Amino acid sequence: MLKGSPERELKEFLKAVRLEFEGEGQVLYELGRKRGVVDSESKLAPAPIVECRDLVKRFDSFAAVDGISVTVNQGESFGFLGPNGAGKTSTMRMISCMSPASEGYLRVLGQDPETHGPEIRSRLGLVPQEDTLELELSLLDNLLIYGRYFDLPKKEILQRADRLLDFAQLTDRKHDKVDLLSGGMRRRLTIARALISEPDLLILDEPTTGLDPQARHLLWDRLYRLKSDGVTLIITTHYMDEAEQLCDRLVVMDHGHIVAEGAPRQLIEDHSTPEVLELRFGNVGHEEYSAGFEDLAERIEVLPDRLLLYVHDGDEVLSAVHSRGHTPERSLVRRSTLEDVFLVLTGRTLVD
Amino acid sequence: MTLGTLSTRGSSQPRIGWPTWVRAVWHNAFVYSKTWRSSIVTGLLEPFMYLVAMGVGIGSLVNKGSGGVDGVPYLNFVAPGLLAATMLQIGVSDSSFSVLGGLKWARTYFAAIATPLNYHDVLIGHLAWIAIRCSAVATAFVAVMGVFGLLASPLAILAIPAAALSALAISSPTTAIATRQDDHLSMTVVFRLGVLPMFLFAGVFFPLSRLPYWLEAIVQILPLTSGVTLCRALTLHQGLHPSLFLNIGYMLLWFGVGYYFSLTGFRKRLVI
Ligand SMILES: Nc1ncnc2c1ncn2[C@@H]1O[C@H](COP(=O)(O)OP(=O)(O)O)[C@@H](O)[C@H]1O
Ligand SMILES: [Mg+2]
Repeated sequence: MLKGSPERELKEFLKAVRLEFEGEGQVLYELGRKRGVVDSESKLAPAPIVECRDLVKRFDSFAAVDGISVTVNQGESFGFLGPNGAGKTSTMRMISCMSPASEGYLRVLGQDPETHGPEIRSRLGLVPQEDTLELELSLLDNLLIYGRYFDLPKKEILQRADRLLDFAQLTDRKHDKVDLLSGGMRRRLTIARALISEPDLLILDEPTTGLDPQARHLLWDRLYRLKSDGVTLIITTHYMDEAEQLCDRLVVMDHGHIVAEGAPRQLIEDHSTPEVLELRFGNVGHEEYSAGFEDLAERIEVLPDRLLLYVHDGDEVLSAVHSRGHTPERSLVRRSTLEDVFLVLTGRTLVD
Repeated sequence: MTLGTLSTRGSSQPRIGWPTWVRAVWHNAFVYSKTWRSSIVTGLLEPFMYLVAMGVGIGSLVNKGSGGVDGVPYLNFVAPGLLAATMLQIGVSDSSFSVLGGLKWARTYFAAIATPLNYHDVLIGHLAWIAIRCSAVATAFVAVMGVFGLLASPLAILAIPAAALSALAISSPTTAIATRQDDHLSMTVVFRLGVLPMFLFAGVFFPLSRLPYWLEAIVQILPLTSGVTLCRALTLHQGLHPSLFLNIGYMLLWFGVGYYFSLTGFRKRLVI
């Protein structure tokens, strides 16, 4: 068709109108949701950021991801909690369009990774499990070269880099080689780098694994700010406290399957009791003791070094234990956590 | 600062419009521009040290004994050979440990394929940058040969693309091999077994006719041999024999086969 022909102009016009309308739709949707008149079924609801159904990833005949179904919505902070080998990284690699799904349905940002990989990736930010920084280059140069992968003009990248290094609290290290940074600093730089393209979805694969507690808390604080800024986040972790702190909603993964899904507090409510009483009796077999307490707790888990009594009121049960003439070497009453949920669902601990 | 600026909604994304593979080339050029100091010795200084040592040192002996090689002074004979050997050197060194580093150690290739680039762009960026860099080194080398009066005719300028082609004919199979290695050690074995014999026997230092017939036949299989032959013919202007096109075709074949296996190797390691 000839350029500038009436038909073409009409098409352009219609396209512009549609874009305009989509913008309006978003505003209306947000308004409606605030007033509670629009639900997620509504036509105006935006498409999910990630939608997968019966997703499978196979290596030869071994299914690392074995039929998972997940929906992540705009603005959500979504977690994948599971132990090593659960299939979290394999799932992230499929969502970030770096590795093709073996089976199942997957849409990211409304598009099919199989046909629109580069388009989707241009709108994603990825913080991979293992660092992929250029160690020989400075922090600033790392941001620059990554921004160029997204074809951003140098001037724009440098402006964003200033903001992002500030955000990552690395401004004073700007000109240092990455080689000299600590693990926590590298993770923060990787997050800054992933944000250089202003992505619609930020994927973080085990962002704090291997960091010391102080570095973890600093990183959590940064992620918390992203979350409150409305950035859609997907976080994988095998730390239950990380999942509880950062995720609005999460799935618990084990052996390539999803074993539970929900908000952290909801999962705990559904699968565990409010409190847990931990008892430790020297070196003797905890198994023997557990028989004597069965009537005191809803459930008892026997770990190699302690007993976990799932109860409603820990202190009350502890005094009942004492009144039966048992004196544990150590006792602790605590709230239930996602760790307990995992233990209930799989019979194993998250971190071994 | 406001974090609102970190998120995306409503922000326009200015683009330049470079094809993805060009961005990969730019990336390699940029990294090189920041780290070249460590490679300048092997990349440029070494060939000239060889040139002086071989051409002037050994050359004076050869010339005294037999009046040069194939009718030209030894320096004229060995210089184009060293040009091709330099391409071997760069082609191999830039396609072995750096490829393994991108795949395994620093894992920087994984950073690239998390962006709009894919594994094919990464490979093109890798090889195209080697071609550009080798063309630059070859240009400098040929210019120095000109200063020493070692170029027989203006046709010698074609030795630059010939050298770049030699580099590609060597670096693409090297890349293919690197994608199938897992550690430092096996890579070093490849060096010892492949590169050193090629450097010594491909006709850089003496005419192939000096070798026993069976050895010459084996040496003809090596990609560097074609590179040496081509560079030498162009700088000495021994006449443009049609067989030179066979050399070009043969190097293209090495490049093509290496490219294919590099691509499958990259896919296996990066896409999984
Ligand atoms: N490239 C691969 N080839 C074969 N097996 C793999 C590969 N990548 C991962 N696996 C296996 O798939 C399972 C899930 O791995 P992964 O997705 O990395 O889990 P997680 O990130 O939860 O620790 C593990 O048993 C792992 O050994
Ligand atoms: Mg993992």
